Amino acid sequence: MANLWSSYGLPLALIVAESLALLVTLLIIVAFLLYADRKVWAAVQLRRGPNVVGPWGLLQSFADLLKFVLKEPVIPAGANKGIFLLAPLVTAGLALSAWAVVPLAKNWAVADINVGVLYIFAVSSLQVYGVIMAGWASNSKYAFLAALRSAAQMVSYEVSIGFVIITVLLCAGSLNLNDIVEAQDGRFGLFGWYWLPLFPMFVVFFVSALAETNRPPFDLLEAESELVAGFMVEYSSAPYMLFMLGEYVAAVLMCGLGTVLFLGGWLPPFPVPPFTWIPGVLWFVLKACFLFFLFAMVKAMVPRYRYDQLMRLGWKVFLPLSLTMVVIVAAVLQLWQQGL
Amino acid sequence: MTLPALFFYLFAGLCVASGFMVIAVKNPVHAVLFLILAFFNAAGLFVLLGAEFLAMILIVVYVGAILVLFLFVVMMLDVDFAELKAGFLKFLPVGATIGILFLVELLFVLGAWVTAPAIAPQAPTAQGVSNTAALGRILYTNYVYLFEPAGLILLVAMVGAIVLTLRHREGVKRQSVAAQIARTRQTGMEVVKIESGRGLS
Repeated sequence: MANLWSSYGLPLALIVAESLALLVTLLIIVAFLLYADRKVWAAVQLRRGPNVVGPWGLLQSFADLLKFVLKEPVIPAGANKGIFLLAPLVTAGLALSAWAVVPLAKNWAVADINVGVLYIFAVSSLQVYGVIMAGWASNSKYAFLAALRSAAQMVSYEVSIGFVIITVLLCAGSLNLNDIVEAQDGRFGLFGWYWLPLFPMFVVFFVSALAETNRPPFDLLEAESELVAGFMVEYSSAPYMLFMLGEYVAAVLMCGLGTVLFLGGWLPPFPVPPFTWIPGVLWFVLKACFLFFLFAMVKAMVPRYRYDQLMRLGWKVFLPLSLTMVVIVAAVLQLWQQGL
Repeated sequence: MTLPALFFYLFAGLCVASGFMVIAVKNPVHAVLFLILAFFNAAGLFVLLGAEFLAMILIVVYVGAILVLFLFVVMMLDVDFAELKAGFLKFLPVGATIGILFLVELLFVLGAWVTAPAIAPQAPTAQGVSNTAALGRILYTNYVYLFEPAGLILLVAMVGAIVLTLRHREGVKRQSVAAQIARTRQTGMEVVKIESGRGLS
């Protein structure tokens, strides 16, 4: 019996505790990032933004949460009830589950698996199902049209994200997220991270991440002037909140992935004492927040793309560019190894 | 040993059950969603075997891309359930014959089933080599002449599909991105001085 506890029970309890700690921290951080997003947006437009609930409006997200939870969920009469309710759960659940492999600091991932990058890629490619299911189950033509176009959008930009990931993998030589960060550790600190040598890919990754998570300027799925509110037009209260939550968690996940792939994860910017005293997890959070700040600035400054522009950018610009970069990076690495 | 076995039966059971539901449910969209569940459980079985790369690729390629297209097509179809049921009795003899034939064949296969002698569980690859690296080495060294043509065939199929469906129709208004980007202040607008009381003509 003691054997069973030490071999299965204890690790299980540990994993559950780790996951819970990660999820609670993540959700609290997301609540404040949502607030930060709105504040940045407001500041760019010379507005005040949320400033009523709590000091400086800091508790706005929690007030929103309460409001969504307490309202009545409305299910349309013609809707396919099971799938209608499953779709928001799929969106939020997938977005949260991807965080299992993200290393917040050295060996701090809940699941340190060999194919971590592929796992995140797989989970983010599944995000599209939440959208399609919601659009179809709502039994509304606006929701359905929005679901079709955003599904096409997410599938298109996955291709370029895949190629970006491949270039990073070629440089790091591993699919494990821990190893990828370790591979960026060097004497040059900040300048040895992959954002500098792979700068074009970093840009492609950033833009594709915006498109993949349906962030502005690629938020064509909710384009309120054309499609009322996109695939979630029929949703209200808690299911709607799950969609919002899933969207934001997915956006933050892309920030985390960008941090791991290009900004050196938990590594300090300069490998010298004053910087190395700060724990790695803080560096990770700082870098991810920096990327999220860029997301928010893009949302505030760039007008929405037209749908054909979006598809052109994905298929005719990013795909050839990233494909060429994969070949170039592979060739350079091969020559490097042969000592040229 | 008990925990992997437990998960094997969980994944395998769910896989078979959802596979059955794919053909049993009436609504084709539900059928595709059950197919997704079946693929998920197959990926879980791969993970149990220690083939995590194959599991992830199965999800990325099949669930993330191919089944999305399935779902698109199925959602676009206008399915009339009354019509589906109307043909049921007419096609029942044909369907039943084929079903019985398959069942008999399957029973023959099952009758010849031999359980492999118990072998010691072994790691699929040498220590220190992840199965991603091992797969890559085999595909790109031993089987590169088969692997590369397979990719080429896919490319040719894709180009063929595009060529077959791409038509340039005349008289359709299109966005020309190059022309839009090439617009300048001079070509895009005109500054006109208008005398008060007189319009543009």
